[in-house]
Amino acid sequence: MAATNPVLEVTNLSISFGGLRAVDDFSVTINEGELYGLIGPNGAGKTTAFNLLTGVYKPNEGIIRLCGEDITGRSTIDINKAGIARTFQNIRLFKDLSVLDNVKAGLHNIYTYSTMSSILRLPKYYKVEKEMTAKAMELLKVFDLDSSASLKASQLPYGKQRKLEIARALATNPKLLLLDEPAAGMNPNETKELMDTISFIRKEFKMTILLIEHDMKLVSGICERLTVLNFGRILAEGSTSEVLNNPDVITAYLGE
Amino acid sequence: MKDFINKNKDNLITYGIVIIAYIVLELLMSLGLISSLMTGLLVPLCAYIILAVSLNITVGILGELSLGHAGFMCVGAFTSAFFSKCTVNVITVEWIRFTIAILIGFLCAGVIGFLIGMPVLRLKGDYLAIVTLAFGEIIKNVMNVLYIGRDSKGFHFSTKDAVALGLEESGEIIVNGAQGITGTPKSSNFTVGVVLILITLFIVLNLIKSRDGRAVMAIRDNVIAAESVGINITKYKLLAFSISAALAGVAGVLYSHNLSSLMATPKNFGYNMSIMILVFVVLGGIGNIRGSIISAVILTLLPELLRGLSNLRMLIYAIVLIAMMLFSWSPKAKDFRDKTVATLLFWKKDNTVKGGSDNGSN
Ligand SMILES: Nc1ncnc2c1ncn2[C@@H]1O[C@H](COP(=O)(O)OP(=O)(O)O)[C@@H](O)[C@H]1O
Ligand SMILES: [Mg+2]
Repeated sequence: MAATNPVLEVTNLSISFGGLRAVDDFSVTINEGELYGLIGPNGAGKTTAFNLLTGVYKPNEGIIRLCGEDITGRSTIDINKAGIARTFQNIRLFKDLSVLDNVKAGLHNIYTYSTMSSILRLPKYYKVEKEMTAKAMELLKVFDLDSSASLKASQLPYGKQRKLEIARALATNPKLLLLDEPAAGMNPNETKELMDTISFIRKEFKMTILLIEHDMKLVSGICERLTVLNFGRILAEGSTSEVLNNPDVITAYLGE
Repeated sequence: MKDFINKNKDNLITYGIVIIAYIVLELLMSLGLISSLMTGLLVPLCAYIILAVSLNITVGILGELSLGHAGFMCVGAFTSAFFSKCTVNVITVEWIRFTIAILIGFLCAGVIGFLIGMPVLRLKGDYLAIVTLAFGEIIKNVMNVLYIGRDSKGFHFSTKDAVALGLEESGEIIVNGAQGITGTPKSSNFTVGVVLILITLFIVLNLIKSRDGRAVMAIRDNVIAAESVGINITKYKLLAFSISAALAGVAGVLYSHNLSSLMATPKNFGYNMSIMILVFVVLGGIGNIRGSIISAVILTLLPELLRGLSNLRMLIYAIVLIAMMLFSWSPKAKDFRDKTVATLLFWKKDNTVKGGSDNGSN
C-alpha cells in the first residue's frame, strides 16, 4: 500500500472503571479505505473502545485523531458530525419509527430546513423531504430493505434490523464506520450475506471501516489487518494471517 | 413515498372530524336541540382538547411525563386576561385584541416551559414529572396572592393585599389576589375555540411529520442512538416541551376569555386538572393525537349527558373508561383501527401485502 492517509489515529487510549482497566494503552492507525478488524474474547474491552472513540466515555488518557483533527473529549454528537458513525452490539433502532424514518433520522444533519418551514409547510419542506426520502431509499436499497420502508423498525426480522442500523449509520455520511459485532445472532447464511454487504459498502462508498467481531474466523475472510484485545490490552496486531498464527492469540482463544 | 401521502391524508381525516363535529353541533344548536348546560361546556371543551393535544407532544411524542400541564394553561390564562383587561379601552377592535392576547398567552407559557425545561430536560430520569408537578402548584398559589393595580403613575404590584398597592382614587385593581381577574372581555366562543383547535392541530401534526418531529421521536425511542447520529438531544427536547407548554397557554387564553371572573382554584388550574388532561391523553392512546381529541370530548360531555340517570351515572362512566382503555390499547383494537383508516384511504391491499411478504421472508 502506497502512502495512504490515516483516517483514524489512536494513541495510548485508556479508561478505568473503578479498579478495572477496561481499555489499557490502546493504539491503532487505520488508513483510508481500510477494513480493519478488532477482535478478542468477550469482555476484552472492544465495545468500550468504541464508546471511547464515539465520546460515550471520556478517556482517562490518550488521543484520538480523525483525519488529523484531535477529537478527544468531544461529545458524541460532535464526533458524529466530525465523521464517525457506529452501530451497537445490542441493536438500538428507533423502534416505533418506520424503517424509512430511521434512515431519515440518520440524515438529520445532512439535509436541513427550519422549524418554520415544517410548521407552515413551506416549499422548502417539500423539496428537502423529497430529497431525504430519495437518499434514504437509495441507502435502503443497498441493504435490500427498500420493500420494507413503511414498516415499523421493530417489525423487521432480527437480521434486517442489524442491516438497518448500518444503513442509518451510513446516512450520517461518516468518514469512519464502526460496526460492533454486526453478525451477532445471525445464522451462517445471513452472516455470509452481511459480510458481502460490508465488502460492498466499503467499495461502493469508499468507506473506512473498523469492525468488531467476536468470531475470528469470520474476520479473517474480509479484513487485511487486525488488532486483538485481551483484558483491555493489545495482544497482537498486524496482517490477518500473521495475527491469526500468533501463538498468544491462539492460546487466548483456546483458553476461552 | 406512498406512506408520505397517506400520512397526510390521515391528518386530513383528523381536521375533517373536527370540522364536521363543529358543523353538526352548530346545526343542533340553531335547532335548539342542545341544552344550555351543554352549550356552556363547549368552550371549556375546546380548551381541554387543545390541552390534551398539546400534552400529547410531551407525553406521546417526546416520551416525558408532565404532571403540571394546567400550570402552563394558568400562565396563558392570566397573562392574556391581564393584557385584555388593560387594553380593552385602547384596542377597541375585538379580534385584534384577542389575537394579540392569544399570542401573549402562547409566548408567556412557551417561555416558562423553556425556562423549566432547560435545567430539567438535561437530566436523565423522571425529573420532569416532579418539577412540573411542583410548578403547577406554585404558579396556582402565586396567582392567589398576586395583586396588580394601575393608576396614573403606572402599575403597582403587591403580594400582600389590595390596600398595599397604594392606588390613587382613580386607579383600578386588575389582579385581585384570590379573587383573580374580573371583567375580562368575553372574546371566546365556540367558533373561536374550534379555529384554535384547528391551528393547534396544524402546528402539532405538521411538526410531528417533519425533520424536527422525527428527531424528537428518535430521542424518545433511543437517546443513545439519537446522539450517535448527531441529533442534539437538549435542543429537541426543549423544542417539543416549549411548544407543548405554549399551546397549553393558548388553551388558557381561550378558557380565561370565556369567564367573567378568572380565579386560580385547585379545580381549574391545579393538580386535578393536570391529571384530568393526562387521563385524556392516556385513554386516547399515548402519541395518538386524534385519540386525545376523542377522549377529551367523551370524558367531558359524558357526565353531562348522563345527568338524568343519576344512579347509573358513575357506573356508566366507569364502563366507558374501561372500554376506551381497551379500544386504545389492545393490539387487536389497534389493528382494527389501522385497518379502518387504511380502508378509508383505499390503500389496504398495498400495505398488508407488503407486511405479509416481509414476515414470510424470514
Ligand atoms: N460503564 C461501565 N462500567 C463498569 N464496567 C464496564 C463498563 N463498560 C464496560 N465495563 C467492563 O469493561 C469490560 C469490557 O467490556 P466490553 O468493552 O463490553 O467488552 P467486549 O465488547 O470486548 O465484549 C468488561 O469487564 C465490562 O464489564
Ligand atoms: Mg462488546
